[in-house]
Parts: sequence; structure tokens; C-alpha cells
Amino acid sequence: MNDIVTEIRKHIIYMTHYSKSSHVGACLSCVELLYALYFEVMKIDAQQPKSFDLFFLSKAHASAALYATLIERGLMPRSYLDQFYIDGGILPGHLDKEVSPWIQFSGGSLGHGLSIALGTAIALKQKQSKNRVFVLLGDGECNEGSVWEAVMLAGHLKMDNLTAIIDYNTWQAFGRVNEIIDQTNLAQRWSAFGWEVHEIDGHNVRNIVDVLKGKSSAPKVVIAHTVKGKGVSFMEDTLEWHYRSPNEQQYKQAICELEGKI
Amino acid sequence: MRNTFVDCLMEQAEQDEEIYVIIADLGFSVFEKFQEKFPDRFLNVGIAEQNAIGVAAGLALMGKKVYVYSIIPFVTMRCFEQIRIDIAYMNSNVKLVGVGAGYSYGPAGTTHHAIEDIAIMRALPNMTVCCPGDPVEAREIVRQSFEHTGPMYIRLGKNGENVIHSSGTKIEIGKAVTVNEGKDLSIITTSNMLEEGVKLVQKYKETGKMAALISMPTIKPLDKEYILKLIDRKVPIITLEEHSIIGGLGSAVAEIIAESGKGVSFRRIGIQDEYSHYIGSQQYLRNKLVEIDTIYY
Repeated sequence: MNDIVTEIRKHIIYMTHYSKSSHVGACLSCVELLYALYFEVMKIDAQQPKSFDLFFLSKAHASAALYATLIERGLMPRSYLDQFYIDGGILPGHLDKEVSPWIQFSGGSLGHGLSIALGTAIALKQKQSKNRVFVLLGDGECNEGSVWEAVMLAGHLKMDNLTAIIDYNTWQAFGRVNEIIDQTNLAQRWSAFGWEVHEIDGHNVRNIVDVLKGKSSAPKVVIAHTVKGKGVSFMEDTLEWHYRSPNEQQYKQAICELEGKI
Repeated sequence: MRNTFVDCLMEQAEQDEEIYVIIADLGFSVFEKFQEKFPDRFLNVGIAEQNAIGVAAGLALMGKKVYVYSIIPFVTMRCFEQIRIDIAYMNSNVKLVGVGAGYSYGPAGTTHHAIEDIAIMRALPNMTVCCPGDPVEAREIVRQSFEHTGPMYIRLGKNGENVIHSSGTKIEIGKAVTVNEGKDLSIITTSNMLEEGVKLVQKYKETGKMAALISMPTIKPLDKEYILKLIDRKVPIITLEEHSIIGGLGSAVAEIIAESGKGVSFRRIGIQDEYSHYIGSQQYLRNKLVEIDTIYY
């Protein structure tokens, strides 16, 4: 497990380094969440991408984390690691579902994923399917009004096949989440709309898996407390690594840290 | 047109289990029958249009053929970015059905008018834009929409429009419809201005000129071939629409004329670049804000 989580992080650092792209911090905070989903929680059949559990990365600026996870899971070619965010590449900075059957939707504008995930959950219910739908949102993303339109409807419809996960890394694009729009009572907010709320350490895989596997009678939200830039000392809990891309020296240092050589 | 749409949808839903309807709390006295008959294929998401579009895209991902219905500004502009990404970019099999073309909701005020919708919807890649001109066109467009995979915007009038076409008229998505021939000029109408087109032809007749009348129920893809033939007749062309002159039928036709390399007299009749501050019925606002009575040629 730890090896795979580390590999995913190394891929993220590699991809954001050579492509000089942003959002490395937002990728690193959700690695354990993605690992838990793709390796332990979701029902997946490599031959039938749309036929079992579905996952939507609503915070689609963390696309590199999803690509890296799909590659480690064997659902996307390893060669794609060199195809991110570059001229003539294959993997865009934000999601395009044409890229792979494992990219379930196209996104990058915040506040879209939960509505789309809800639509698929409604269709699954209508088909009396037992398959589940998971969607990962950013904490800052919860500023978007459209998120709450979907929260309201999912609560009303008691969509017990829908699970939202919030990557609560406490930073959004211009500063600390709770200084920009205070949402320290985020759990109560979701609860007030009829969701079953769990708060966990978003880097503890056992915790994540247990909470995601558990059954609920209402839509479930998991507020996962995470560290932005997790795993690389100089990126952890900083705003600037929302934007910066590791240069050659930073890249090498980050890889050494992740491999436990420092 | 509204009743025509719902009747067609009911018929199709009998045969096709994938048909699914979403409303954002509008459709009172329109959708009750559908809801009663197909309760598991009808969802009122509440007054929340952005979510309506996202949910529709999710249902479409799972193979549903989704129709989202509301008054035009709310099913196009209120949720435009969701339409752009969740429907157009994702090429979702979702049909957006707007009621209230132009000044159909005249006295309700400008929030309920639809004068920019064609412009913004036709700018979206993958989006087919249909604006039926009478109940006959509406029925054919809606029927053909069942076989059309991908995003479509259907701009309806309201209800009780005059039937202009005889029932055998061939209506096809992407094709112009010749209402009558005329050698002296050509009048192209779209959406609910078809009836004004008929009146305008009559006015020209009184001045001794024979105007051809063409209805254009599809703005995108526009019937370019037909318009090029009109240009070759070397007689003036007039477009007529209850929509801003910026970005609608007139603009679309102008683009073809401009790139044809052939000059022809041309005039866009539509709403000038302004919002209405008048209060009154559709006809009242038309008379105030659309220069439908002017004889240009």
C-alpha cells in the first residue's frame, strides 16, 4: 500500500515538474483518498469502465493525481506519464472524458461534479443497480452555489448510493479557506441538508476505507482533513505550492524525500 | 407549440424507456400528465437550474435521453456555463427545451424575454439550434430530436400559435422550408416570426412586389446551400426574427453572404441592441421594438 501511495506521489511530482504546471499541492493532498477508492473501495472491472462503481473528480485541477492513480491501477498506459500538459500531449490540465473511458466526465470549472454524479446516481437507482457513485470535491469548491443545489436535491432524494468526499486541505486559490468564506461548520451544513457526515484524517488509508465502505441510509459526505502538498516538506501546508511547479533541484529533493532518502 | 412538444414527448416515452424529463419547477399545467404516467422518468429538481443541467448530463452519461424544460432565459442563460461544459463540451445527449421565444412573455418583463438565446446557443460547439415557426414545425423538430444523439436547443414559442404550414409540408432539421416563391425579394424568418413573415409578404404584394418566404427552423447547422441559392437570385434578402439583430438568424445569414463573395442587398429585421422598458403584450412589444412594418425594398 505505502509503496503505491508513494509511487502516485512521485508521478505527480514528475508530471508537474516537466510540464511546469500548477496544482501540485492540491494533487498531493488527495492521494490517499484516490488510492483508497481505486485500490480498496470501488468495484472496478478493467474491461467495463462504465459498468460498476463510478468516480468523479470534481476538483479537476487535481487531474495529475487521478492520472497517476489510474496509471498505477493499470487502467491508463504508463506512457501517459510523459504526456501531461505539454504541446501535443494526451492528458490535459483539467479533465476531458474523451481521453480515456476511465475519465467519467469533463471538468475543470468548480461546482459541476456533484450535480453530474447525482444524475448518474439517480439513473443507477432507476435501474435498481447496486453500484455506487463517488465524487471528490475541494474545500474551496464548496463556495460554489451549484454545489449546494446538488446537496439539497441529493438529501431530499435520500441518495444512499452517492458519496461525496471533501479534500479539506484548508487552502484555496487566494488564501486560507476559512478566512475567505468561513466554513468551520461545514459538517453541520451538509448534515442540515440531510447528509450523513463523517470527519476523518484524510491521510489514514484504513480510516478512509472503513468510512467509504460503510453503508448509509442517506447520501454520505466524508470531510477528509488533509495537508496541502502532503509528503514533500517544503510544499506542505503552503499557498504558493498551489501554483508553483518544482524545478530540477526541488524535483530531486521531493523525490528523495518521498523515497525516504532524506 | 408547448402542447405539441408535450404530446410528442408523451407518445415517444410510451415506446422509449430512456426518455427522461427534468424541470426546474416550471411546467405547471404542462407536465402533470407526463409525471403521472412516467413518475420514475420525471424529476423536478426545484428552482435550481445549474443543478438541473448537471443532473441531466449525469443521466445522459448513463444512457438516458434527457429533456430539460423551462422558460428560455432560465434554461439557457441562468445555467450557461453548465450547458457549455456538461452538455456541449461533453457532447451529452440532452435536449434543452425553452418556452417563450422573443417577447412571448411580453408583459412579464425583460427578465422573461428571450432576445439573446439564439446568439449564445449557436456559439456552442456540438449544439444544434432549432427554432420552429409554427406547431407543424415544432412537431417535426421534436419528433426528429428523438433520433438525434447529442446536444440540442429547441426554442419554442408559447402556446396557441397559428398553423402556417399545411400538414404535409416536409420539415427536416438543418433544412430551410419554402413557404412561397417570389421573384422580387426573399424574406427569411425564424422561430415565432413566421406569422409576421406571412404578413410582410402580403404588404409587399400590395406594393406590387412578389416576395419569397422562407422559414428557417434550424439556425445551426444553417442551410447554407439554400442561402447560397438565394444569393444567386440577385434580389434583396431580408431576415426577420424576434431576437437581437446581434448573433441570431440575421447574423448567421450575413456571415454566409459576406463569405460568398457576391454582393446582394440585405437587411436584418429584429430587435435593435436594447432591452425593453415597455409594458405590453407580445404584439405590442413587437410593434414597438421590431421594425416589422417597414418596406425596405
